Amino acid sequence: MSNPANNNTYPAYEKVMAARDAAKLTAVDYIRSLFGDSFIELHGDRRFADDKAIVAGLGMLHDTPVTVIGIEKGRNTKERMDRNFGQAHPEGYRKALRLMKQAEKFRRPVLCLVDTSGAYPGIGAEERGQGQAIAENLMEMMTLKTPVLTILIGEGGSGGALALAVADEVWMLENSVYSVISPEGCASILWKDSAKAPQAAEALKMTAQDLFDLGVIERIIRQPKAEDKAMFESLRLLVLRTFEKNAALSDAELIEQRYQRFRKIGTSHIK
Amino acid sequence: MDFFAFVKPKNELEGSAEKQQNKPFVPEEMWVKCPNCNTLLLTTDMEENLHVCTHCEHHFRMTSKQRIELLADRDSFQEYDAQLQSTNLLDFPGYDEKLEKAKKKGNESVRCGVCTMDSVRTVLCVMDADFMMGSMGTVTGEKITRAFEYATEQRLPVVICTVSGGARMQEGILSLMQMAKTSGAVKRHSDAGLLYITVLTDPTTGGVTASFAMEGDIILAEPNALVAFAGPRVIEQTMRQKLPKDFQTSEFVLQKGFIDAVVPRSALKSTLVKLLRMHGYEEVK
Ligand SMILES: [Zn+2]
Repeated sequence: MSNPANNNTYPAYEKVMAARDAAKLTAVDYIRSLFGDSFIELHGDRRFADDKAIVAGLGMLHDTPVTVIGIEKGRNTKERMDRNFGQAHPEGYRKALRLMKQAEKFRRPVLCLVDTSGAYPGIGAEERGQGQAIAENLMEMMTLKTPVLTILIGEGGSGGALALAVADEVWMLENSVYSVISPEGCASILWKDSAKAPQAAEALKMTAQDLFDLGVIERIIRQPKAEDKAMFESLRLLVLRTFEKNAALSDAELIEQRYQRFRKIGTSHIK
Repeated sequence: MDFFAFVKPKNELEGSAEKQQNKPFVPEEMWVKCPNCNTLLLTTDMEENLHVCTHCEHHFRMTSKQRIELLADRDSFQEYDAQLQSTNLLDFPGYDEKLEKAKKKGNESVRCGVCTMDSVRTVLCVMDADFMMGSMGTVTGEKITRAFEYATEQRLPVVICTVSGGARMQEGILSLMQMAKTSGAVKRHSDAGLLYITVLTDPTTGGVTASFAMEGDIILAEPNALVAFAGPRVIEQTMRQKLPKDFQTSEFVLQKGFIDAVVPRSALKSTLVKLLRMHGYEEVK
């Protein structure tokens, strides 16, 4: 919290800082708290590699087996390097899609936990089709015949976050953000000055409350603490209830609902 | 129509370009300098050559109007949803002014409609770099989605020519959501067994690359177009090193396996028509 611009004038940027706070819980913390010892990690995209920025596997939510896929930033310097700071390569998105398809086959609901500043912008990622990998996830998730729920637990950075967020419902923690571009990137492109990130954060409307008001998310979740057992139990029940509601729909209804969810976003001004 | 007829023999043109360089009295707007080979070209020659450099075959950008003229049979393009207007729905600072400026050049970053190509009926969407660098806002996404929905209903193929700097950040999260929305419409069209061909032109980047541009059954690209998710400047910043010269060109992504073919502009329409016919789309009488 050293940025001089970071005061009450820019509450959105405070949320950005909170979403990036290195001390906050990461995807593996949520997986442990929600699934406990039942979690079994599954690795690899079966094409190129295992991307450690994506942690995925199977776990039990009470009596229900669930496929869980998270973007993991790491909790200390060594872990962060190991996890590429939560910036996935194409193989990460392909691992995610492989496990979503597997979930569809076995009629398991899918829980995605998103925390990334964005898909990795690098030579290898471009060579292996970062754009194609994200595009394929968007297309395939839209018709995945099993319930999908996404929770943003920190940063939701652009296409790299959306690639795990074509879901029946999208929820955000109160201290998470979701945006088409980072406020720094936006400020440097538009105003040639990345120090204007706080203003950009306001303009982009990227807080949970903004996104709720814009009809982009269904629910804002209170920020849990690691040892808050009651909070995690209520989150577990909330997730289960949402899965059950959507599992009761026919495939056609489920897919139509998901299509219409995205179809109507941002159309209020379009005649 | 035979588009090869427009291409004059190369050596004749090279000769004329050299000769014309020595004429000092021709007004400046009649010349255009090729950014690739630095040759001064007579604008009319360049335009007659399908906006391709007569010297080195550099493909200049085309406006949506020019590209529709290139691909659609004469007067066959029937535009849909031209009335849809972008508005500053997030009250983003400076967006009103940008839109006002852009709207002098066209009414959106994409034009969509139905046309015939060599008498084969198809939906055609053409993006336009003149409108805010072809960025994808909510109206762009809505028009493309409607185009796919119409094509699905009418059982028509879709051809999209992409050119885009990515998502339109002035529309914030709503522009990001267009990637999901258009992908959903592409998927429905695909699941209905219908053909979708994308033509990537320079530059195709960001949110458009990471959605409908890369979702075609067949993906073509014009020569030497920039095709990228993260643009070269972003990567250079991350990597702190210069990138190889041909990185993220059409030829590069072809070699890496992400597109089907690089097609020169002179062969683009005939290639599209061949592909449409091979998928059973017939001439309309
Ligand atoms: Zn040239």
